[in-house]
Amino acid sequence: MIQKIVSKNFDVLDSHLLHVAKQNGRYSSLEKLFSMSSEDVLDAVDQSGLRGKGGGGAPTAGKWKLIPSPCDKPTYLIINSDESEPGTFKDRQILEYDPHLLIEGIICSSYAIKSHHAYIYIRGEYVFWAKRLQKAIDEAYNAKIIGKSVMGHDYELEITLHRGAGAYICGEKSALVESLEGKRGHPRLKPQQKEPEWFFGNPAIVNNVETIASVPFIIKEGFAAYRAYGTQMSPGTMLFGMSGHVQNPGIYEAQFGESMSEFINKIGGGIKDGKKLKAIIPGGSSTHVLKADEIEDITLDYESLKAHGSSLGTGGMILMDETVFMPDVVKNLFEFYHHESCGQCTPCREGVGWSDKLMGKILDGKGTKKDLETLMDLSFILNGKTICVFAPSVAHIIDSYINKFKDEFYSLVK
Amino acid sequence: MNWKFNEKNEKKFQDLLKRYPKKDSLTLPSLWMIQYQDGWICEDAMRYLGQRLDMSPMDIYSIASFYSMFHLEPIGKYNIQVCKTLSCKLRGSEDIKKHIENRLGIKAGESTEDMKFTITEVECLGSCGTAPCVCINENYIQNSTPKMIDDILDGLK
Repeated sequence: MIQKIVSKNFDVLDSHLLHVAKQNGRYSSLEKLFSMSSEDVLDAVDQSGLRGKGGGGAPTAGKWKLIPSPCDKPTYLIINSDESEPGTFKDRQILEYDPHLLIEGIICSSYAIKSHHAYIYIRGEYVFWAKRLQKAIDEAYNAKIIGKSVMGHDYELEITLHRGAGAYICGEKSALVESLEGKRGHPRLKPQQKEPEWFFGNPAIVNNVETIASVPFIIKEGFAAYRAYGTQMSPGTMLFGMSGHVQNPGIYEAQFGESMSEFINKIGGGIKDGKKLKAIIPGGSSTHVLKADEIEDITLDYESLKAHGSSLGTGGMILMDETVFMPDVVKNLFEFYHHESCGQCTPCREGVGWSDKLMGKILDGKGTKKDLETLMDLSFILNGKTICVFAPSVAHIIDSYINKFKDEFYSLVK
Repeated sequence: MNWKFNEKNEKKFQDLLKRYPKKDSLTLPSLWMIQYQDGWICEDAMRYLGQRLDMSPMDIYSIASFYSMFHLEPIGKYNIQVCKTLSCKLRGSEDIKKHIENRLGIKAGESTEDMKFTITEVECLGSCGTAPCVCINENYIQNSTPKMIDDILDGLK
């Protein structure tokens, strides 16, 4: 069930050091890369069906094609390493155990979109990982793997590591670019048609760490080798995470399409202390919660989760056992979203705070049925009326938890 | 205004100027440098940074106050950040927090009188698989237990 592509070197001792990484195949895709044209590389990634692994699942090559062609402005590749969706801790494994895979992926991807400068935006809390990645970048510069002439080829690439400072919303790609431009991390209004992001007016592509780390395999082994894993619509593998009440929490790479319950029981070792599973958040806190009896037919891919009314998100599953009281979970998540709302749009700034207060009142035993109804009305106010998908995520929490665990919520109100 | 970058940070500032299309990008890296230099970010430093980046002090304040990791007031020498988000909560972060509060005699959000320790409750540290997670200054203590926290706090001077 475990299928290692991105995580191949995770168990190799000192794999974060350049000489060990090289012995274990890192940078071995570059020879083939430079024998291809940028267009061929983009085409290979397109054919591989690689989808963004930061939560949205958008086709990676589709994003890359948004760069205007011909383009008289410099283009930028921006790596989203702001990983802060609760339940998600996969990208840091790449940064910790195989940072050179990310650098190799950045070279391949930058080459495809004809960019000569990549920025890696890493969340502020990841100090250990930022240091480790910076060390790997320095090693790569010294070995002339990146810099004025990448591996002796006529191609220049700079990589700059940029630290965030503790704002969840900067994981939203346009907020990330705003933050990289030195501003408050406020998401930007979305254009009517698809466009790249704009970094100081220059076209930029924002991709997740794991997405970029998947590219070298596609270049080296070919798109068909990547498509050999996963499903037709969700090709390849993903680093799935398990946390909460699971016996073996951690990150495990598997191909898309595996049975969720088998994954939890075989790889995760089932629920901790022999208890029963009550609910599962499949891909980070913003995805719809699923009851234990809903997951039997679910497979770990975008389509299956969508068909079951949730989404694959970041693949970071949070498991909850039978002792968990759902209103407590909702309060915990509301506190998170209340703290992290960027404050730009009124429905979100006021609505999430209001939801948090109402839930507190209900949990204190002072709530009424009317309060629960108000909470459900808030879902309507939060959904689809703001610049980014932060507020809709909160709306999904209100809808999915209250609908699926009605009794628990109504037991608290008069 | 007396505040300025020390020599090391000045050099870093100059190096970073070359790495971005516009110097506006230097706000976050510079605020980090200020915080590393002083332990927190004072008004004087924000005015200084405004001058360096051709921004108003208010712009800098607006940015600095947006990001929760920037301290606009002095905090304890050791900032004990307890993750309180779901995965950590399911694995007992509440008990860890209470243990630290009892040990230090302060509540989350407060500092000890000698300004040695501050306890902060923080949102998801991205350490869900190794929950509960506590971060002391910049070091993650993963799969933390009260005993581990005690051992570490005992060793902090």
